[in-house]
Amino acid sequence: MEIAEELAKQQKAISVAEFFEKNRQILGFDSAPRALITCVKEAVDNSLDACEDAGILPDIFVQIKKNGEYYQVIVEDNGPGIVQEEIPRVFAKLLYGSRFHTLRQSRGQQGIGISAAVLYSQLTSGRPTKVISKIAPDRPARYCELLINTAKNEPEILKSEDMDWERPRGTRVELEMEGTYVRGRRQSVYGSLKSTAIVNPHARLTLVEPEGNVEVFERATESLPKKAYAISPHPDGIELGELIKLLRYTDKKKLRVFLKETFSSIGAISAQELCSRAGLDPEESPTGLNHDAASRLHSAFKQIKVKSPPVDCLSPIGEELIKAGLEKEFRLDYIATTVRPVSVYSGNPFLVEVGLGYGGELEKESRIELLRFANRVPLVYQQGACAVTHAVESVSWKNYSLGQPTGSGVPVGPAVLLVHIASTNIPFTSESKDAVADMPEILTEIDLGLKEVARKLRRYLSRQSVLSERREKEEIIRKILPRIAQKLSDVLEKELPDIGPVVAKIMGNLLVFRKVERNNGLVYVKIQVENHSEQLRSFKLHEVLAVQADCVSPAAKVIPMGDGYDYHWKLSIAPGQSTTLSYSITAEGVALKEPVIEGLEAEIVTGARVI
Amino acid sequence: MEKSDEKNEFERKLNIKKAEKSKIAQENLLLLADTLYNQFQQGIVPHISLPSRTKGNIEFSTKDDVWVYGDQETTRSVKTVRGAKTLLKTVHLAELLIKEHLKNNRGSTLREIYYISENWDIAKFHEQAESDRLIEDLEIVTSLHREDFHVRPEEDGAAVFGPLRLKEQTRRGEREMHCQEDVGEAGYQIPFNVDNIEFLSHDAKMVMAIETGGMYARLIENGFDEEYNAILVHIKGQPARSTRRIIKRLNTELNIPVVVFTDGDPWSYRIFASIAYGAIKSAHLSEHLVTPGARFLGVQPSDIVDYNLSTDKLTDKDMQALRSELTDPRFNTPYWEKQIRLQIDLKKKAEQQAFAGKGLDYVTKTYLPERLSEMGII
Repeated sequence: MEIAEELAKQQKAISVAEFFEKNRQILGFDSAPRALITCVKEAVDNSLDACEDAGILPDIFVQIKKNGEYYQVIVEDNGPGIVQEEIPRVFAKLLYGSRFHTLRQSRGQQGIGISAAVLYSQLTSGRPTKVISKIAPDRPARYCELLINTAKNEPEILKSEDMDWERPRGTRVELEMEGTYVRGRRQSVYGSLKSTAIVNPHARLTLVEPEGNVEVFERATESLPKKAYAISPHPDGIELGELIKLLRYTDKKKLRVFLKETFSSIGAISAQELCSRAGLDPEESPTGLNHDAASRLHSAFKQIKVKSPPVDCLSPIGEELIKAGLEKEFRLDYIATTVRPVSVYSGNPFLVEVGLGYGGELEKESRIELLRFANRVPLVYQQGACAVTHAVESVSWKNYSLGQPTGSGVPVGPAVLLVHIASTNIPFTSESKDAVADMPEILTEIDLGLKEVARKLRRYLSRQSVLSERREKEEIIRKILPRIAQKLSDVLEKELPDIGPVVAKIMGNLLVFRKVERNNGLVYVKIQVENHSEQLRSFKLHEVLAVQADCVSPAAKVIPMGDGYDYHWKLSIAPGQSTTLSYSITAEGVALKEPVIEGLEAEIVTGARVI
Repeated sequence: MEKSDEKNEFERKLNIKKAEKSKIAQENLLLLADTLYNQFQQGIVPHISLPSRTKGNIEFSTKDDVWVYGDQETTRSVKTVRGAKTLLKTVHLAELLIKEHLKNNRGSTLREIYYISENWDIAKFHEQAESDRLIEDLEIVTSLHREDFHVRPEEDGAAVFGPLRLKEQTRRGEREMHCQEDVGEAGYQIPFNVDNIEFLSHDAKMVMAIETGGMYARLIENGFDEEYNAILVHIKGQPARSTRRIIKRLNTELNIPVVVFTDGDPWSYRIFASIAYGAIKSAHLSEHLVTPGARFLGVQPSDIVDYNLSTDKLTDKDMQALRSELTDPRFNTPYWEKQIRLQIDLKKKAEQQAFAGKGLDYVTKTYLPERLSEMGII
């Protein structure tokens, strides 16, 4: 036998299950602590997806138990349940799922996650996975014990029977596996559930830890996220191979119909334009196009401008709920949020949301906490490899009041940054879904989102510093100036000086002061009004007198009142300017209560009563 | 009988002089308070302006040949919390000086003033340096000296030894003494208010200001003061105002040349500078304290080479100080330029005591006579 024939005998197909059996790191089961985290995450993601699809507010119970040298992971939800024929394939067949072929935002995409956990469990503990699921209160629950036949990638059903279960509906999965339970850091079951709770404020998550400690992440809202709808692919950035595949397998008979029906955002007019730009007959059959024609059509895609993909394929968290989520898990002084408009990379719509929490009990001297999410799933590993991290690192945070000792990198300061990417297809760097790939369109959108919240933070902080300046001034006015004045009058043995004018100057206030001179039984009154602020001040000044006044300058409006006369002037004084009002009056007519200012806030006026 | 009358007459004059000074001090302090008071009345944000006390703001006054403050000013105003607190403290301090010191003819030390402020609530001083600085500010604003406010430093024990007879007006009466015959081995201790001293007679050809106690004692032990008719002044490190004042008075009133003998390192050159040119922090007192004719005797960096002295390496701080002196206007002379650059090259410094390596008499028998004749003093 020839060597080649000899070798050919050894060639055989590898089942996907066998492949992952040997390459478990690809699926996120590469270390003992991580195995538990990934397992919980996959089960919880499935539960959340199922609940949202069914319009149910998720209530998910997670328990980790130590069982000899293994850990038992139990995840139970109140979702719609799974019909009994599907249970074995959902849990014990890799690459089996409902979401792979639709363009819609969901947590799970490939149908690998939970079956990978089942595979890992049977590899390390040799035990089957136990599943209970119930689809209606009046139907019995189904109990299954499952293994995966890795050679065939098919479920092996050890047991399948009806049973009683107290829940009206829902699913419970129980896996036993090797692992290590860690606490006290973000890369832990606790940390990952906490992050999940932040971006899923509509879910209640309960965690029972191995020592019996119970943590409940309570809901922050009773309303479900907007449902995401499936859409057709968007023509922006579609690859040639993908286009050829769509052309070959379409059942449409005419090219223009194919274009209109296969892609989102393409109507009759755009379809017509595409055909003419590519020099193709709109009426010809799409399946008949050769490589050259397909390639002309592909370049036509790049030439025309089509509208953005529809928003309803995505389900963003929303500014309000990002805020609620952050508030729920951190003590903060300030939260800024933003939701970017939908954008497209390689034909996939996506959008970026950013939340920035500041102050409170966050550490001031260390790097900020960065929370990354993709389709509401927290990303806890490989922070350094992720597009989110890269975008954060390339912002010049010093311009936005956060520290950045080396001029680039994750900033330093009392802040927490939340970045959520929602897409029909998140471009992960690997199947373990730890890091988002550096797609230029995604990086740009994250950058814009980060800068939006950063600008809001900067505005907030500068407002704070104006306030603290004001507080500082108040300390001078309230505590120090009166004491200086008191001391001076003690030392000089003179009467207490009037600190009003100085107060007005320091506070940038409107100063009103009245000088009174008596001469020949007449009283000459001058009211000096000075605007020490940096804004134009418009207001009315009232002077209430017992009798009528003479020589009123400038002329004032007079309104007789029961016991006297209300003189008032309408004034408008530019920054730094002043004006003088004067009148004379007989001694018995002297009012003289404080002048009254109408139309300004009390704290910016000195020397007059404000109404 | 006659002598007693003379004494009473002296005391009477001194008391009148004191009363006058006290009145002037009160008036000047009240003037400051009045300025602030009027600023309030006129709606001007209360403030005081002071010359800025930095290296960049001292200039040579050709009138007295000393360094004084230039035109740069800093303003303390109540616009900031810090400025407002400082002004409040200033007013408190002025009140203390007027009401407690001047009206009652009492006095306090700098340290005591710091403690007195304990009761001033938000106007309390945080450290003594703060109260010391404010007293200097008041000196500048009123053009008076802290002695005029009856504020005195802690005694620092600086002393004089040499052929000088003087009379001191003490709180316990008048004392007359000769600074060789009537004093112990440590010499005559300089009082804080040198203007209470009257010089009676002397037999001196020079005043030698000496940095270290060791060298001062060495010169007395070797009888240098008698042999060369020298008034030795132990300046004890950075000289106190009283020490600088007595040196100035010996120089100007008795016309005796002054030489300064210190270690050979950058810090000692600053000691010399404060005697001969004035100190940056108290340039407002230069006319009162500085002896422009004082000359630097040693240890010079060139002596390290010429006398092959045993040395220490310059530290990084020493080097920094030397470089800073190169930009200090007071050291901007060819002599200092040359000496400082030489030392930077040598990277070495020498103490006064380094001469002991060549025998205990070497400094008095060889070095000082050589240097003094080189300088034309003997």
